Amino acid sequence: MAELVAVIASTHHPFYYRASTATGEDRPPFADEWVRKVEAFRETLTKARPDVLVMVGSDHFHQLWLDNMPQFLVGKAPFYDANWYNEEREFGLPRMFFTGQEDLSAYILREGLDAGFDLAFSNELRIDHSITCPIITLRPQNDLPIVPIYTNIFAPPLPRPKRFVQLGRTIRELVESWPADKRVAVIGTGHLSLELGGPRQFGPHGPDPEFDRKAVEWISSGDIEGCLSEVTLDSLHLPGNATHGFMDFMLMMGVAGEGAKADYVDTYDLFHTMEAYFTWYPNGGVA
Amino acid sequence: MSKYLLNKFLFTVDRDPDLVERYREDPRGTVEWWEAEYANRLLSCHGGEASTWLRFEDAEREALAGHDYPKLFELGAHPFLTLTLFIAMFERDHEPMGFQTEYARRLAHMTLPYPDIAT
Repeated sequence: MAELVAVIASTHHPFYYRASTATGEDRPPFADEWVRKVEAFRETLTKARPDVLVMVGSDHFHQLWLDNMPQFLVGKAPFYDANWYNEEREFGLPRMFFTGQEDLSAYILREGLDAGFDLAFSNELRIDHSITCPIITLRPQNDLPIVPIYTNIFAPPLPRPKRFVQLGRTIRELVESWPADKRVAVIGTGHLSLELGGPRQFGPHGPDPEFDRKAVEWISSGDIEGCLSEVTLDSLHLPGNATHGFMDFMLMMGVAGEGAKADYVDTYDLFHTMEAYFTWYPNGGVA
Repeated sequence: MSKYLLNKFLFTVDRDPDLVERYREDPRGTVEWWEAEYANRLLSCHGGEASTWLRFEDAEREALAGHDYPKLFELGAHPFLTLTLFIAMFERDHEPMGFQTEYARRLAHMTLPYPDIAT
């Protein structure tokens, strides 16, 4: 059976690539500290020595659209092109290319259906920055095959938070029952408080530092029940109109498990959002 | 209202570099052309399978033709789509982050609950 060697949850700030590669007067004052934090975070994946990455993220209206919107979708392709014209335009992201782990995609689709999730699939998925950003930060050599799993976090009606947790638990069960001698890391990205296209956007901090503080505590302590007792689809509007991306963090809490304390926690308070990085080692170590 | 069509306009223009420039330079002409030629395209099909019934409400057409992003927010257009397209068109005219903060300032009168963005 495959081994789940690391569970990683992270924000996916699309400006990291530009900030970290800028030089001279173009380099923002926060870049060096941001790079230092990301490189320390990267080491938590490196030392887990994964063979395969299951990548949880959300398409930002790049390919998936309101004419046919899946709630949860698994990519099942041999290769994936990545990043879009409007991400290149707005964030300076490079075009990227990934190899798929098709047999694990097929396994998750078949077994996921039988586990109660009517998963959509795509044989021609172009990845966006919710998955390319964690590759840039955590695995810049981009040398591992991936299984992309997309969630709908901003095209209402959305699945409720509990459903994201349930999918996380199921993804873990499926990874650990996959009959392959592979070391698998599950990496998911989302947001803490965030406002986009509204009056609270692009301030000096995230729109709701108190929510961010509580969210980091829920995640780092694995307090799924506490989180579910306070977070609803309606309440997630309060910390910022794009905060529903937090449900991808809740999915990753489901992968890590109830009460599972993160082995690595770091945050970085940047303009308009709080960066947050978490790693769990499910087997208690990385041997 | 036809929030779906409003969002479809933002979506199809934002992802096409030629349309972004066309909408920046000639907003009313682009909206009129788009509604006549593009609104009823099924995005995954050839033209022979197009829809027949999609059209803007007058307020929506005027908001798009006026580059009026506060009005689009009030009408329930998806704020992510509105923001990214208007950044594409107008960020170049401002200092770094200047357009985004101006965007927020022009929406400062809005309070929770925001307009429903469900289509």
